[in-house]
Amino acid sequence: MEVNKPLECDVLVAGGGSAGMMAAIAAADAGARTIIAEKANTRRSGNGATGNDHFQCYIPEVHGSEGAWLKLLALSQEARGGRDKDISAGFMRESMGVVLDWEQWGIPMRPHGGWEFTGHCKPGQQGIHLKYEGVNQKPTLTKTALKRGVKILNRHPLSELICDETGAVCGAILVDLTEDTPKLQVVRAKAVVIATAGVSRISGETTMGWMFNAAGCPASTATGRIAAYKAGARLVNVDNILSGGADFKFFHRGGKATWVGVYSDLEGKPLGSVVQKPDWRYGDYTADLWQGMFAAQYEAGNPVFMNCSQGTEEDLAYMKWALVHEGNSATLQHLKDEGFDFRTHMVEYGYSPGGGPSPFGNGIDIEGSGATTVPGLFAAGQVTGNGIGGVGAAATQGRISGRSAAAYAQQTEIKPAEERPVVAETLERYTRLLANEVSTATPTWQEANIAIMQTNWSYMGGKVRSERMLQVGLSHLRRIMGKLEQLHCENSHDFMHCLEVQDIAAQSEICYLAALSRKESRGMVKSADYPWTDPAMDGKLLTIQLQDGQSVTGARPRRM
Amino acid sequence: MPPIIHKENCVGCMNCAQICPMDCFGVQKKGSRVPEIRFPDECWHCNACVLECPAKAITLRVPLPSMMVFMEVPK
Repeated sequence: MEVNKPLECDVLVAGGGSAGMMAAIAAADAGARTIIAEKANTRRSGNGATGNDHFQCYIPEVHGSEGAWLKLLALSQEARGGRDKDISAGFMRESMGVVLDWEQWGIPMRPHGGWEFTGHCKPGQQGIHLKYEGVNQKPTLTKTALKRGVKILNRHPLSELICDETGAVCGAILVDLTEDTPKLQVVRAKAVVIATAGVSRISGETTMGWMFNAAGCPASTATGRIAAYKAGARLVNVDNILSGGADFKFFHRGGKATWVGVYSDLEGKPLGSVVQKPDWRYGDYTADLWQGMFAAQYEAGNPVFMNCSQGTEEDLAYMKWALVHEGNSATLQHLKDEGFDFRTHMVEYGYSPGGGPSPFGNGIDIEGSGATTVPGLFAAGQVTGNGIGGVGAAATQGRISGRSAAAYAQQTEIKPAEERPVVAETLERYTRLLANEVSTATPTWQEANIAIMQTNWSYMGGKVRSERMLQVGLSHLRRIMGKLEQLHCENSHDFMHCLEVQDIAAQSEICYLAALSRKESRGMVKSADYPWTDPAMDGKLLTIQLQDGQSVTGARPRRM
Repeated sequence: MPPIIHKENCVGCMNCAQICPMDCFGVQKKGSRVPEIRFPDECWHCNACVLECPAKAITLRVPLPSMMVFMEVPK
């Protein structure tokens, strides 16, 4: 494998989604020489590639006191799981500044004039989701970063972190995918911000063999959190990879909470009691409140539909406008192509039985500053396990973590990261992988990915967990992992997928280990062995960390 | 599944191939006029290529396993 000349910077940001772009911009503003390592192209990458329509934030003139806003945050889906007070406080303090900057940079945050908080709330409740026009947010953030001198390496995903002899991060290994043969790229960095989002393609989707039909960005494959874990970072709540259960029946590009309608049965009658008629200000909040609704209705033999037929022209126009900004213009086009009429048809929502990773609340443990437990390593966005979910929180934590990384970098010196043993080991591993014979004698990455997804879906997803099921799943997963060194690839694109599958497998393994250590049922995780919710775990986060090469699980209290 | 490039309208700017978040196009051969879609099964239907095409030469086809399920609202 060819090796590029090492690059050097103060702050390396891994992942150029909303969190990573904001981290890089903040680091550059603080005077740091900054590089973004991006798997795709920052102009259209990540969960917000073609937009978001809801930006969670605190606007005092709308929400009143900080105390009042924190209560609204606690009611929202973003507050699920264990949230540390310092993280909520940072989000609260800084989100409005981010909103105003986005507006100044050219992202319409008040497209209809004033602050508009719609969706994700009950009638009569003040929302915290600012409605905005996000369709072009990524090109705008890219332009803003370039103006500040940030160097963007597109098609250069992170693969491993490099630590010095004290255990502090001193750089990273990237894979250069710009040509058909991959190359290794070392970056020496004083600090690294991980912003590689969550993990897709890890468990059952309704269309399991069709892996890129996923609600979350399918390019998010746990790479950042596995790299952080290998570097010694503590992760939290990684057993929590169950989905909330709501999605469109088969097409996972729905923009669920953007729809303005009423959950209905086949007769068109409302199923929840939150709204009886479509209302552009609220949507139907039932699924936010009652995550088990789809499962319950499914078991009762009821398909569930989103019914917009009783909406006014204003309701429908508002929804269609918002769907474009939520990144769902393809959905609208698909419905149009199929002859769907919002006035006479209703579209089915689905219950995904244990499928799909939970978007919030599992991953790298951070402090309010964005610091992880590894010196020099910071994180932001969906990759964090105790951060708040959504684009607003990703952008805000991105700014905070980028600024913290820049401050840390000022106290640190560049080290010859390329000389650390992990570089030679990685090079050897990749060279072996690239040398595997391309033939039917060796597995493809697709085979391996599907095998992992069906294993997790069968033994870790599902509606019930038990130690017997987890043991069988972990044993089978490890058998699959034993084959991953044999995967073959014909080009840099497939090489990237082979590495992704190894990360998805590694993430799966620690999910099993964490799940085995949880001796209770909690939220959507129902244990057959421990049907109760253990009060001793209230306000605690389940932890997992590598210590002397061993996975060690535990719990830490939430910071109140 | 795949973006469909309407060759007669394509201006060969390769913008779609550069920005695709799933890298459905892969590394392109030097000198080709119309981008080749090398990894069509990996489309996320994000519509980035459709939105970015300056010649409006791209449409998406949703694959059969992903089709939306819908019914008529009873009168």
